Amino acid sequence: MQAHIKWGRIMKTKSISKILVDYILYICLVMMIVIIAVISPSFVSVRVLSDVLIQSAPKVLLAMGMLVVIISGGMDMTVGRLAGLGAVVAGSLAQTSDYYIKFWPHLQEMPLIVPILLSALVGALSGVVTGLVISKLHVPAFLAGLGIQMIIYGGNLLLLETAPNNSQPLAGFQDSFTKFGTGSVMGINYLVIVAVIIMCAVYVLLNRTTLGKNIYATGGNREAAKVAGINIFRIDMFVYILSGMLAAFAGCMMAARTGSATAAYAEGYEMDAIASCIIGGASFAGGIGNVPGTFLGVIIFSVINYGLTFIGLSSYWQYIVKGLIIVVAVALDMRKYASQQ
Amino acid sequence: MSDSEYILEAREISKLFPGVKALDKVSLKVKPGTVHALMGENGAGKSTLMKCIYGIYKPDEGELYINGEKASVTNPKSAMDQGISMIHQELHPIRSQTVSENIFLGRIPHKKALGIRWVDYTRLYSEAKEVFEKLGIELNPKQKVQELSTAYCQLLEIARAVSFGAKIIIMDEPTSSLTETETEILFRIIRQLKKEKVAIIYISHKIDEILQISDEVTVMRDGKMIGSWLSSEMDTDMIVGKMVGRAMTNRYPAGDHVTGEVYLKVENLTSSNPRSFQQVSFEVKKGEIFGIGGLVGSQRSELVEALFGLRAISEGKISISGKEIRIRNSMDAVRSGMALLTEDRRGTGIIGALSITDNTLVVNQNLHPEKYTRLHLVDYKKRNKAAHEYVEKLKIKTPSLKTAIQTLSGGNQQKVLLGRWLLTEPDILILDEPTRGIDVGAKYEIYELMEKMAQEGKCVIMISSEMPELMGMSDRIMVMCEGHKSGELDRKEVTDEKIMFLASTYKVG
Repeated sequence: MQAHIKWGRIMKTKSISKILVDYILYICLVMMIVIIAVISPSFVSVRVLSDVLIQSAPKVLLAMGMLVVIISGGMDMTVGRLAGLGAVVAGSLAQTSDYYIKFWPHLQEMPLIVPILLSALVGALSGVVTGLVISKLHVPAFLAGLGIQMIIYGGNLLLLETAPNNSQPLAGFQDSFTKFGTGSVMGINYLVIVAVIIMCAVYVLLNRTTLGKNIYATGGNREAAKVAGINIFRIDMFVYILSGMLAAFAGCMMAARTGSATAAYAEGYEMDAIASCIIGGASFAGGIGNVPGTFLGVIIFSVINYGLTFIGLSSYWQYIVKGLIIVVAVALDMRKYASQQ
Repeated sequence: MSDSEYILEAREISKLFPGVKALDKVSLKVKPGTVHALMGENGAGKSTLMKCIYGIYKPDEGELYINGEKASVTNPKSAMDQGISMIHQELHPIRSQTVSENIFLGRIPHKKALGIRWVDYTRLYSEAKEVFEKLGIELNPKQKVQELSTAYCQLLEIARAVSFGAKIIIMDEPTSSLTETETEILFRIIRQLKKEKVAIIYISHKIDEILQISDEVTVMRDGKMIGSWLSSEMDTDMIVGKMVGRAMTNRYPAGDHVTGEVYLKVENLTSSNPRSFQQVSFEVKKGEIFGIGGLVGSQRSELVEALFGLRAISEGKISISGKEIRIRNSMDAVRSGMALLTEDRRGTGIIGALSITDNTLVVNQNLHPEKYTRLHLVDYKKRNKAAHEYVEKLKIKTPSLKTAIQTLSGGNQQKVLLGRWLLTEPDILILDEPTRGIDVGAKYEIYELMEKMAQEGKCVIMISSEMPELMGMSDRIMVMCEGHKSGELDRKEVTDEKIMFLASTYKVG
């Protein structure tokens, strides 16, 4: 073994190209910020930075949930529409009693905790359904998610259509709810704090708990995990419930920040979440993925989103840049594995 | 210079991988029309050498000569163009297509009309038929591959190689999943190929086969060439000795255990699947190695998997120390002190992308989570310490504990899996084909381990298709045939013939 270890040390003097491949995400991010800052120097300011972080906060939640699911070997396509539902559920419960089209006319004003908990509960329920459909009915995760997200969207539209709301966007939120979305402590927005807490919790879950180890093992080889005595069903249920909860709660955060909610919120965000995980190093095959990489993935997308509009480019450009980054990042990642041969 | 005595000559090939020198100035000379066996323990560098010859790897040093002329093989396509073909251990035919389409994959005969290349089915089938006739394979060119057995898929690969006009065919463990009759068919074809002056490089762990089919034997150890000999001058012990680098007269540890009381008792275990095992009863005593023999399809693996809670049963009773237990899932089995090393190492054993540590702990972290946590949080020091202990104990060769298990050789992967189960301190260790595809050195280590377990008074159950191993290790052998127990033999009365007889005949009542 001694000789092998020596070899390992020699290999650590990395070549420039290897460093480039290993830290491509950081390089991408820095390059983007530099380019944007050259064109429009005011981009590098506390206000812009905090805007980018606030915008990222709900997406971090979606991506963290997605990461856990992807590591377990699955995929949760419901999270975008589920965030939309979470926004509507939370928004409808956060309205002031004197708002002229109150969604639940007979309901009195609710404390802040009610919209937060109820949106998370709705997400958890959806996660139970998704988990059962995938685990017990053996529907492939992608197709199960595709179906369920349509059902969620339809249900959400029907919910919004009920009188007296008649498909109006929800508004007229209580101050406490708006403050949750826009207020800050020591200059740091509440949503950013929530996102950081969730991120840390997911990090601890994945790296410091036996459950996390079991999630990696299940994604790495389901059949082997089964033989090893891991309850696969429980893992499946856990990851989809967690992802559902985080998604719907993210919707609640979006409603609180924008002061409004419609069923169209977070449309297509599941794709961004998946892309963030993958460019952050997760593998669709399961068993591989990490929190810091995924976070960086989210931030890169937000910088693109915000930065391109900031320098006055059409926001449509963001799709092209995002697409390029996904393709290039994954291609480089594949090279990393190929070079091991 | 095409009058060279050798059709293929590899000179001083070296290949480095991060952390390992896989090949160290290895030379190999192969004569046309011969079978050249290549032997060595897992990780000795046989497959790496073959991949260098076949152009999958680029050697760091060394040269390749074909018919005495210097050749440059840069990828499998160029290898095939120069007459080298390789039949892999794992086959990947396109199952939904016909055998002919598979043989001519990528170069289907065609006719040109209206600027489009139309598939010429008449020629496709007739050319495939020609190849089959040349090799004496009885196959309908229009048959779908999914209807074929593994053996025929293998023959199909050989037919493909021949259709390319291959002069050198590399076979990597061709018989690892074949039955004896199927192996006979393969050997017949190999002899046919020899007449056609095709040279065959034959990698196998099965020494009996090597002695039977090969003309020359080359042995490798730790990436180095040990030497080449005429097969007719070698015997089993000599080859084993060269492979492990020491004389090995006793291939199995001493048997005959002092067995205690009955520990595990299985009564009338019957699968929910009517085509699987039926009404199987047996007992295993403390300190006993209990062998299970039978042919492929005898449902032995299914039986132990059901015992382990992985398959549904419709009937039957399992008791440990006279107390009946219920096993609904594998965790129940683990809690009752069972451990199961499955047959399919890749499919149901290793978790490829995860580290040695994670793979070692995947069972015990759930059985005894408190051992590897502090304040309910995973403690990496404790985890690594536990894994390291087994890396040392089982002499697992790995660059580090963080190494992904998929990068280790088969024998070392198997040892990690054994470590995984030994960590749970099982009372009943069930091993399903524990030495399949594993080199002689690792094999002996596994035997010693089984021996040690038995001496500690544990029950060891071993399924094996290798007759000498089954007879050499077991105190008692249960033989199964088509899902039924067809008999039980004691160590003293057992012979090959008796096992074969029981394995192929089952009479009701």
